[in-house]
Amino acid sequence: MDLNEYLGLFLDESIEHLQAINSSLLIFEQRLDDEAVIDQIFRSAHTLKGMAGTMGYDAIADLTHEMESALDLVRSKTQPATPELIDVLFVAAEQLETMVEDISQGGTGKLDVATTVVRLKQFINMDSEPSQDTDKPAATVMKNFECDVYSESVVRQSMASGYQAYVITVELSADVILKAARVYMVFDRLQNLGDVILSNPTSDELEQEQFETRFDVLFVTMKSADDIQSEVKAVSEVAQVLIQPFEVPVEPAAAATLLEPVETPVINPATDTSNETQTPVAAKTIRVNLERIDRLMNLFEEFIIDRGRLERIAAEAGSSDLTETVERIKRGTNELQSLVLTLRMMPIEQVFNRFPRMVRSVSKDVGKNIKLHITGAETELDRTVIDEIGDPLVHLIRNAVDHGIESKADRILAGKAVEGNLSLRAYHSGNRVFIEIEDDGAGINQERVTKIALEKGLLTEEEAALLTPEEVSMLLFAPGFSTAETVTDLSGRGVGLDVVKSKIESLGGEVFVETKRGEGTIFRISLPLTLSIISAMLVKLGEETYAIPLTAILETTSLKQDAILQAHREKVFDFRGQLVPLISLNQVYGLPHAEADAYSVVVVRSGEKLAGLIVSELIGQQEIVMKPLGSYLEGIRAISGATILGDGQVALIIDSNALLRK
Amino acid sequence: MEQKWVVFQLEENAYGIDVQSVRSIERVIPITRIPNAASYVKGVINLRGVVTPVIDLRTRLGFESVEETEETRIIIATLEHGDAGFIVDCANEVVEAADVRIEPLADSKQDETNYLTAIAKGEDQLFSLLEPNRLFEEIIHA
Repeated sequence: MDLNEYLGLFLDESIEHLQAINSSLLIFEQRLDDEAVIDQIFRSAHTLKGMAGTMGYDAIADLTHEMESALDLVRSKTQPATPELIDVLFVAAEQLETMVEDISQGGTGKLDVATTVVRLKQFINMDSEPSQDTDKPAATVMKNFECDVYSESVVRQSMASGYQAYVITVELSADVILKAARVYMVFDRLQNLGDVILSNPTSDELEQEQFETRFDVLFVTMKSADDIQSEVKAVSEVAQVLIQPFEVPVEPAAAATLLEPVETPVINPATDTSNETQTPVAAKTIRVNLERIDRLMNLFEEFIIDRGRLERIAAEAGSSDLTETVERIKRGTNELQSLVLTLRMMPIEQVFNRFPRMVRSVSKDVGKNIKLHITGAETELDRTVIDEIGDPLVHLIRNAVDHGIESKADRILAGKAVEGNLSLRAYHSGNRVFIEIEDDGAGINQERVTKIALEKGLLTEEEAALLTPEEVSMLLFAPGFSTAETVTDLSGRGVGLDVVKSKIESLGGEVFVETKRGEGTIFRISLPLTLSIISAMLVKLGEETYAIPLTAILETTSLKQDAILQAHREKVFDFRGQLVPLISLNQVYGLPHAEADAYSVVVVRSGEKLAGLIVSELIGQQEIVMKPLGSYLEGIRAISGATILGDGQVALIIDSNALLRK
Repeated sequence: MEQKWVVFQLEENAYGIDVQSVRSIERVIPITRIPNAASYVKGVINLRGVVTPVIDLRTRLGFESVEETEETRIIIATLEHGDAGFIVDCANEVVEAADVRIEPLADSKQDETNYLTAIAKGEDQLFSLLEPNRLFEEIIHA
């Protein structure tokens, strides 16, 4: 069997299960007794174990196996969940994620999980140690039944209310064919007479026929041993039924304390599954290979280009029938376009999902108490953006936890609640998506930021004096800027916020900061809804056609030769009272300089910076389909991609952000 | 499967590349220049909706560049990092391994060029085997 074929499926499903584990763990942490959530984690761990086992990823299988064992104890109420357990489960989930990530990168998925396995084992053994102690006095009576503290207590309580407890040993005939079915029938009959507390082997093992011919059942009932005997014997293929009274060991003190969290005496632990209905119902979806969607997109893009051609032909032909038909095609394709584009849209939830856990662990590391509020996780974004936006967000959130929110002591001094708040919001506005990260921390210390920027030589005293508060905040994003006085493991790792900014800009996005001293800071990221089809201005440079994304353009203007000024070897012009540098695109793109009396200028903006781009001719505005230049031409200066024009020719897309950065 | 090569011409010299890595052979279509790229990068073409880079093999291998003719072809190869094309004077034929003998390059020649891998000799033909991936290394002008 070629496992590679299943790798994609394995990865997809593993990621889904890991997400389920992560979100369930967070709920679990809040509500230690939520059985539905424990079940969810258990099931996901179980599925992961099975898949990893099949695929030969032993480390994943080992780790999930121990998770499963530990959770089983909690699930069967053998042992209460402890904060240590939650912690180690979080660690395990993180390691699983690392391994799955490694596999998706073509790695082997190997990671040293021994420590985590040992920690889980410690939890698992914590149970057997005390319970073995308490079992000892009873061991002589029930040699054939291992029983945990919890079940003992259930039995004890049942006996107090007049029930009898028996250990029933059922022996199936040696040639039994339908083992599992017979077990089921025995259990079914027993349930009518009383309650099955435990079985040995466990009911799961019995179901899977993982036993020879004999099994033991711990059973409480009002009926007599004879009644049970005749009832069980009636099941065919049962060879022998042995019924012994179960003698409960002396009540150990430990049992009482362990049981405290259980409110009511539960006679039958199996009945309590009612809250499963609380699990949120996911929207109906089908899994579609991404390649197919991309192919659909490509075909559709081709179609849009042909539509443009057809429109032009129709306009030239002047036939009203043709024009009308083309008009209808246009309306239809417009609708189709928005539909096709939504195929690539995914809720940002899958990026947001990892943050609760991250905030939890990071705030723990820095000794802060931080609550994360997430809204708008259902907001949809283009898949490309989803793939890329994770890292910048991680950075900003770590930054907020580390630097944004004050230490506990400082918060008390400032008269704030000890618990800090971090809000992560996503929402649509117009054709852009906004993501906000807001903290209720100390706000940005503008004086300190300016001081550091001066020390690092990022600007001069004179320049600093002219900065608006917004501009000062944006200094955080300047290359080589890092405010952490003590370099922590978290954010002071040499990669500054400038990386975040350029990443966001490469996605066609922008980032802003809003801050109030003592009240907090908001980092606001604005991103385009879709990347593939954009509005652009087509321009000519000599004989070559280029496209400038409309989002970057402030306006187009015409400039006479004498309006061009010279300032420090740089050409500048006056744009609404502001001196703006002029960039000759011919020069940037290696074309001969063309002297003229007047120039067409496209004024572009990137963040706060403006520039005028000299072009030979403005052709007009058009919807274009952005295409990548491919790996071989990646990194060509000031070109962000290409598009195919109506005549089938390739035009390059000007990266004005890159032009303004230099 | 028996190995085959697409054999093409640059001036009087014949070269062959593994037929497995050839996606298609195109007549010359309009090429959009890529600014600030290496001198041998001719530009990009619209290859059925995919923007594909094209290099001038003459310039790349140190020949004099010439005007294109009726015979000029762009060979599109599937490479490590995607499809890419190179311009040749003409594409002649497909040669099967049975018809030629493969001989190693002279040591000195191997040092000089890293894109030639061997020489193929047939009864009335001789061509150098090209490793197309090497042609596209360091395509971006720093």
